Amino acid sequence: MKRTGLIVLIVIVVLLFWGFQWGVSTGNQMVTMDEGVAASWSQVENVYQRRSDLIPNLVNTVKGYADFEKSTLTAVIEARAKATQVTVDPTKLTPASMQQFQEAQGGLSSALGRLMVVMEKYPDLKANEGFLNLQAQLEGTENRITVERQKFNEVARSYNTYIRQFPQLIIASMRNFEKKAYFEAEKGADKAPKVQF
Amino acid sequence: MRKITFTKYSALLIILSVMLFVQNARGENEFPVRPEPPMLVNDFAGLLSADQKASLENKLVGFYQRTSTQIAIVTIKTLSGYDKADFAIKLSEQWGIGQKGKNNGILILVKPKMANERGEVFVAVGYGLEAVVPDAVARQALLGAELIPAFKQNDYFTGLDRSTDVLISLTAGEFTADQYVKSVHKRKSGPGGFLVIMIVLAIIFMFQRRRNAYGISSGQGFLGTLLLMDLLGGGRSNGSWNDFSGGGSSGGDSFGGFGGGSFGGGGAGGSW
Repeated sequence: MKRTGLIVLIVIVVLLFWGFQWGVSTGNQMVTMDEGVAASWSQVENVYQRRSDLIPNLVNTVKGYADFEKSTLTAVIEARAKATQVTVDPTKLTPASMQQFQEAQGGLSSALGRLMVVMEKYPDLKANEGFLNLQAQLEGTENRITVERQKFNEVARSYNTYIRQFPQLIIASMRNFEKKAYFEAEKGADKAPKVQF
Repeated sequence: MRKITFTKYSALLIILSVMLFVQNARGENEFPVRPEPPMLVNDFAGLLSADQKASLENKLVGFYQRTSTQIAIVTIKTLSGYDKADFAIKLSEQWGIGQKGKNNGILILVKPKMANERGEVFVAVGYGLEAVVPDAVARQALLGAELIPAFKQNDYFTGLDRSTDVLISLTAGEFTADQYVKSVHKRKSGPGGFLVIMIVLAIIFMFQRRRNAYGISSGQGFLGTLLLMDLLGGGRSNGSWNDFSGGGSSGGDSFGGFGGGSFGGGGAGGSW
């Protein structure tokens, strides 16, 4: 009988320590993944910043064409100012802050889209080498934004999946690891912009 | 009674260990699979003759062997509803064109012009080459000057041949063919694991000593060792081995495989 008690004890002790060890390594894994999400978030911010940096050049190039519609240009400048104001703390990627960020950047996207459509009316501008370069860079930046957003969503998804699965969720709730928000497809992004002549 | 307890506990242990190390399977996709044996020129749309294909392949493999930079060509009949940029970047990432860490891959994706569809082309530039092949260069030097004019004449080979020449001269100085050092993921051994192992050892040692007093047979000692081994084993299998670069070195013209390069959306595309 004593032997049984002893064996049960040793098993319990081993299990307890095994559980402790598992808890520590799971927690560390979550820290690693959390950092991964933060890193890919900073990549997302980088590419948005890159777009924002291109705009002053673009505005200057376009301004030279005197008859260019001022309202479209002002809309871009305003949207840029708005977008640069919204920053997100990478440790608090909540749906609310994410939505705010997306709305601000989405505003800039649509203002830029309108500008590009208007530019089609100016053959001089389209022949301008500097403008063509800027256009290529802007397109490239939009591609980069798409890629980094997708990569962020992937990293965030694997983090979310990890922390919300049993048994990891025990550790996640003990150490306050929270679910990260995703980038959602923008409203109306699936519709091509309307071109009116 | 005792036996049942053991079985229960070891079963629990095994189940938990398995749960820990199960990895999420990756989603399926509709992209063409990586060619086997690996090829840099993949003419799925049948735009090139065998000679043309071989000439491009030789040139690109030779360049790869000198610089480790991988320039791949894919022609395909349909983009399955994807945007050309999206398709090209996803495909490049999936195949892992370029070397891991250097990210020195380039993909030229061509969807030929067909009866009622426009031809589309996208040059995707890996992270590591964005500085030497900026978007504006990709657009003007490659698309504007080489690819699209030739493609308009239905001369796919000339476009691809000249644009790969341009790419080779642009990227030649960027990387050398030094032996790519595999980044072996070091096993992360936290202090927790070590501590637990020490404590368990101490406990087992204690029991080992007291065992003589109780006259326990040697069977339990064996079980203790088993449990300990499980523990040690559990700590060990944490590393993730995610390295495509080991691609087999097949002889002949085959170039040894894609290296796991990453793409961030650099490059440019056009249609005709």
